[in-house]
Amino acid sequence: MGSSSHTSKIKRGKDAVALDIIAYGFCGIIALVCLVPFIMIVSGSFSSESAIIQNGFSLLPQDFSLEAYKTVFKDPMVVFRAYGTTIGLTIVGTVLGLLLQTMTAYVLSRKEFEWRNQFSFFFYFTTLFSGGLVPYYVLMTQTLNLRDSYLALLLPLLFSVYNLLIMKSYIVGLPDSLIEAAKIDGCGEFRILFRIVMPLIKPALATVGLFIALAYWNDWYNAMLYIKDTNKYPLQYFLYQQVNDIEAYKKLLANNAAGSAVSAISLPTQSLKMALTIVVTGPIVLAYPLVQKYFVQGITIGAVKG
Amino acid sequence: MKKNGWKGFCKKLYKYRVFLLMLAPAVIYTLIFSYYPMTGIVMAFKKYSYAGGIWGSPWNGFDNFKFFFKSGQAGLVTRNTVLYNLAFIAINTTMQIAVAVLLTEIRNKHYRKITQSLMFLPYFISWVIVGVMAFNIFSSDYGFLNRLIETFGGTPIKFYTTPKAWPFILVFFNVWKGIGYGSVMYLAAIMGIDTSIYEAARIDGANVFQRIFKVTIPMIMPTTIILLLLSVGGIFKGNFDMFYNLVGSNGLLYNYTDVIDTLTFRALISSNDFGMSAAVGLYQSVLCFITVVIVNKLVGLYDKDYTLF
Repeated sequence: MGSSSHTSKIKRGKDAVALDIIAYGFCGIIALVCLVPFIMIVSGSFSSESAIIQNGFSLLPQDFSLEAYKTVFKDPMVVFRAYGTTIGLTIVGTVLGLLLQTMTAYVLSRKEFEWRNQFSFFFYFTTLFSGGLVPYYVLMTQTLNLRDSYLALLLPLLFSVYNLLIMKSYIVGLPDSLIEAAKIDGCGEFRILFRIVMPLIKPALATVGLFIALAYWNDWYNAMLYIKDTNKYPLQYFLYQQVNDIEAYKKLLANNAAGSAVSAISLPTQSLKMALTIVVTGPIVLAYPLVQKYFVQGITIGAVKG
Repeated sequence: MKKNGWKGFCKKLYKYRVFLLMLAPAVIYTLIFSYYPMTGIVMAFKKYSYAGGIWGSPWNGFDNFKFFFKSGQAGLVTRNTVLYNLAFIAINTTMQIAVAVLLTEIRNKHYRKITQSLMFLPYFISWVIVGVMAFNIFSSDYGFLNRLIETFGGTPIKFYTTPKAWPFILVFFNVWKGIGYGSVMYLAAIMGIDTSIYEAARIDGANVFQRIFKVTIPMIMPTTIILLLLSVGGIFKGNFDMFYNLVGSNGLLYNYTDVIDTLTFRALISSNDFGMSAAVGLYQSVLCFITVVIVNKLVGLYDKDYTLF
């Protein structure tokens, strides 16, 4: 953010002060607008049901209550199962996806491979034209018969040409002499990839890895299309289902609760939705300050050559 | 092929065997999940039945397309998709550039870091959660906005039965979710500007606003134009995630909110009309392909380095 330093040493004129007010004000307001919906969910989750019914959602918790969280954790296994599915998918998907994308990007960036342009186009063409939803759906449900299989959640997000291009632009940036030297030392291609290239592109692995991980973590679409078995719901689709059919969720919690003397009607509704959203979102929001910089790197690289 | 050609080809196959082995998983994946489904577009010209499958079902010519166009749905969803995307592109670009330019002007490092991080936050959550947030704000019974309107003595608006409100709501959330992510590219472009140009502008007596409008903005124009053209390439693609989570199956709003992707989805999942859904999908794929080819030509005219193929 270099340009700002030029004006700082000299005495600041009226125009500079005006710009300051605009810059600080504008960015502050946008940042607040980005934050407020999150705050509203947090407040809602800590509010009592009766207060929400009476006053609606608000910025601060009203009539502070933990009832909604207690309700979510009446049968924590319901949420934890969805967590398990999503964590498992995210880990397996990210590792396999990274491996697949790095290996492919490595070959496509090797200048001595004469067919690299043809293969690049083979991959690239799929972003220009596609069969659309229906043939894909038929492939998944009938040809491959993946309905209610975890593979239906894993496979669709495993490989993306966009990530391939980011990875390729990193690997192309490595000096040729490194790989040449390794070859002269008698290293095979796999060895070069895993021992020399991969350690050098750690930032790219982090960036692309995070893109893949986020895609798995936030995926609800594939579950909606292919998963009917409620025990196999990943987190976001679990949330989608419960929020959109909160009465069914309340019944489920009431039935499963220990002692089972709870009636579904007595459980909160609106605050329960909010608490559930927090339980589902919490980890990603807490993790994001740590990973933000890798995203920034990735977008910038992706922009250089999309 | 000539004998020599064959021999050379086989020789290369052998020479590149390790490379080809490394490419094999991705090639097989792409063949199965991208190229094989392309053959499925024949479904658009068939009366699909489960028993017959893709290849055994009888042909019905252009019946699926006729239904799509004659019912008036084609015009409606195409119009909605294009208009929404134009609005998204225009407002996103303006807002993201404004944020990038003004963030650069903030000299307090902490303030800049914190505001930028907060703007980035919405990018990390799923549209399912955005759907919950929209409900918090716009619900007629519990919505924050309606309570606010009531406090100031206005009449509450039933947003979920008011189609006309939705273009604004959808544009708002689209901008909201993408502003932090999108502005990063413009920030990178601004940081790439040669500082001696600012030096020269200062010596020439330019004030800060002239510096922004005469130096910064013109200097990031190449990036802006490329990004604009690239987003125009996707003008026939509706963001299913967003429309489905914010609008869902609220039929009351369809006139203002139905896009090609939501229609394809409904035809497939709710009405099980595979033929028509495939026809709509093919119509969209062809439109997308034509736009991308045109856009690529335009990008090429502007700057050859940025062409896609």
